[in-house]
Amino acid sequence: MSAPTLTRYGERASLTQSGGEPVPEKLFRWMLIACTAVGVITLVVLLTYTVYKGWPKLNAQLVTNMPSQVSPNTAGAQSAIMGTLWLMVFTALWTIPTGIAAAIYLEEYANPERRINRIIEINIMNLAAVPSIIFGILGLAFISRTLGFGPTILTGSLTLALLVLPTVIIASREAIRAVPQSIRSGSLALGATKWQTVARQVLPSAVPGMATGSILALSRAIGEAAPLLMLGVGFVRFNPDGLMSSFTALPVQIFQWTTESQTQFKELAAAASVILLVLLLAMNSVAIYIRNKTQKRW
Amino acid sequence: MTQLIDKRAAAAGTSGFLRQQRPRHGERAIQVALLAAALVAVATTVAIVIALLIPTLEFFSVVSPVEFLTGTTWTPLFEPPSFGVVPLVVGTLVITVIASVVALPLGLGAAIYLSEYAPERVRRSLKPTLEVLAGIPTVVYGFFALTFITPVIQAIVPGDGLPSVFNALSAGLVMGVMIIPTVASLSEDAMAAVPNTLRQGAFALGSNKRQVSTRVVVPAALSGIAAAFILGISRAIGETMIVTIAAGLQPNLTLNPLKFMETMTAFIASTGQGDVPTGSIEYKTVFAVGMLLFIITFVMNMASIRLVRKYREVYE
Repeated sequence: MSAPTLTRYGERASLTQSGGEPVPEKLFRWMLIACTAVGVITLVVLLTYTVYKGWPKLNAQLVTNMPSQVSPNTAGAQSAIMGTLWLMVFTALWTIPTGIAAAIYLEEYANPERRINRIIEINIMNLAAVPSIIFGILGLAFISRTLGFGPTILTGSLTLALLVLPTVIIASREAIRAVPQSIRSGSLALGATKWQTVARQVLPSAVPGMATGSILALSRAIGEAAPLLMLGVGFVRFNPDGLMSSFTALPVQIFQWTTESQTQFKELAAAASVILLVLLLAMNSVAIYIRNKTQKRW
Repeated sequence: MTQLIDKRAAAAGTSGFLRQQRPRHGERAIQVALLAAALVAVATTVAIVIALLIPTLEFFSVVSPVEFLTGTTWTPLFEPPSFGVVPLVVGTLVITVIASVVALPLGLGAAIYLSEYAPERVRRSLKPTLEVLAGIPTVVYGFFALTFITPVIQAIVPGDGLPSVFNALSAGLVMGVMIIPTVASLSEDAMAAVPNTLRQGAFALGSNKRQVSTRVVVPAALSGIAAAFILGISRAIGETMIVTIAAGLQPNLTLNPLKFMETMTAFIASTGQGDVPTGSIEYKTVFAVGMLLFIITFVMNMASIRLVRKYREVYE
C-alpha cells in the first residue's frame, strides 16, 4: 500500500478542480470522519456512563458477597465471577484444541477441490454468523436435555465452545496461512514427514496468531448471555465446585439485575458490567500484546 | 545409519521414483483425527437442524403453518392460545430497519475513511477502537439502551405516554452502533482488495479523492460491501439481549418505533429460559420461532458468503 503517494495525488488533483461540486472534497472528508466518530463517541459515553452508574457499588463487597435479588445493600457478584471464570477455562479447553486441529486440517491437509472440504469450509463461515440464541436452543435441547447434563458448567462450556469454534478456526487458519510455503518446502526437502513439518515448523510459527484469535474468541464467549439464559442458567448463591455444578455467570447476573426495577439493582448491574468489561479489556490487551510482541516478518 | 541411507537410496534408485515404501500409519491417523475436528463444525450445524426440526414438526401438527405465518395475534401462552407469528416478525423488522439506518451508512463511511482517507497512524489506533465496540457484551448494550438512551429519547421526544419505557427506537439505535464495526471492517476489507491501479488510473484522469472513493473504489468493492451489509442485517435480526432488555417482552403489531414490541429472539429468550417442560406447547413454540429465525439468518449468511467469494475471485 502506498497511501502517502495516493494522498499527494489526491491533493494535487483537487487543486485543479473547479467549484460547484455536489459535495465539496473537504466536506466529504469531514462527513467520513463524523461517521467514524459516532462509534468512538458512543463507546466513550457507554464506558463512562457504566462506570459512573456503577460507582456506588464498585467496592470489595461486589467480589466477596453472593448475589441477591432481595437485599441490594449486601449483594455481591462472587458466584457470577467464579462461574464466568469456570466457564472460560472449560470453554477454552474444548474449543481451542478442536479449532486448531480443524484449522490444520483445512490449511495443510484438505484438498480444496474436494466436495467435502468445500462443504466444511462454507459450513464454518455460515456457523460463525448463526445467532447465539440458536446455539442456546441447541444446548438446551441436545446437551442439557437429550444428553441429560442439565444447566451445569459442562453444558454451558460445551455450548459456548460450539458457539465460538468457527471464530477459533477462522483465526487459526489465518495464522497458519501466514507461514510462508518455503518453510514447509524446506522441511519436507530435509526428509521430514507431513506431520513433522506441521508440528515442528508451521505450528510454532503460527502460535502467536492462534493465541490472539483464541483469546478474542473466548472474550466473545464470556460476554454471551443469551445462550446461557436459554439453558436455564439463573440465580445461584454458591460458587461452582465441578463440571456438574450449577452456576451463574456475569452476563446472566447483569441481565437479572437490569430487569429489577429498584435503582440499587441497576447500580449493581452497572458495577457487574464494569467487572466484565475490565475482564474483557484485560483479555484483549493480552491478545494485542501477543500480536505486537511476536509478530514475525518473513 | 549410513547403511540405512544407502539402502534407501538403492531402493529409490532401483524402483525409479522417490516414494516411500512403507505406509505411515501414524501420519494417516493424525490426518483422520484432524478431519474429525473439522467435522465437529458440520456436526454442529446438523445437530442444530435436527434439534430445531423435530419439535417444529410436532408444533405444525398442532398449528397449521398458514396460521403461524399469517396470523396477527401472538398469544401462545394464553387461553385460548393464538399462534400468529406476524407481530414478532414485524417487531424484528422494525428494530432491524432502525439498526440498519444507523449501521449501514455510518459503517460504510467509516470504512471509506479508514481505507481511503485516514493516515496510517490514525488508522492503526482507530481500527482497534472500533473492534472494542464489537467486543462489548450485548447485555451491557442492553443496559445502556434501557437506562441511558431511553431517558434521552424520552426527554427529546415528548408525547403522551410515548416513547414508552420499552421501545423499539432505543434498542434499534444501540444495536445499530453495535453493528457499525461489522459493516465497517468487512467493507474495508473489500475496499483494500481493490487494486491500486484502478485508483491511480482515476487520479491520472483528474479525479479528486472523493470521486475516486465514491465512483471507483466503492463500485469496485460493491459485492464485498453488499456482503458486509447483509451480514450486518443478519446480526441485527439475530441479536437477542438488547431487544430483550430494551424493547419489551410483549408482542405488539405496530410500526411505531416509540412503542414497545417483541422480536423473535426476545420471545425465544424469555420463554425458553430453561424450565419449560420438554414437549409442552410453549417448548415447541420456542423451536418453531427458532427455526424461522435460523432459516432467515441462514439464507442471508449464505448470500453474504457468495458475494464475498465473488469479489475475491475478481481481485485476488
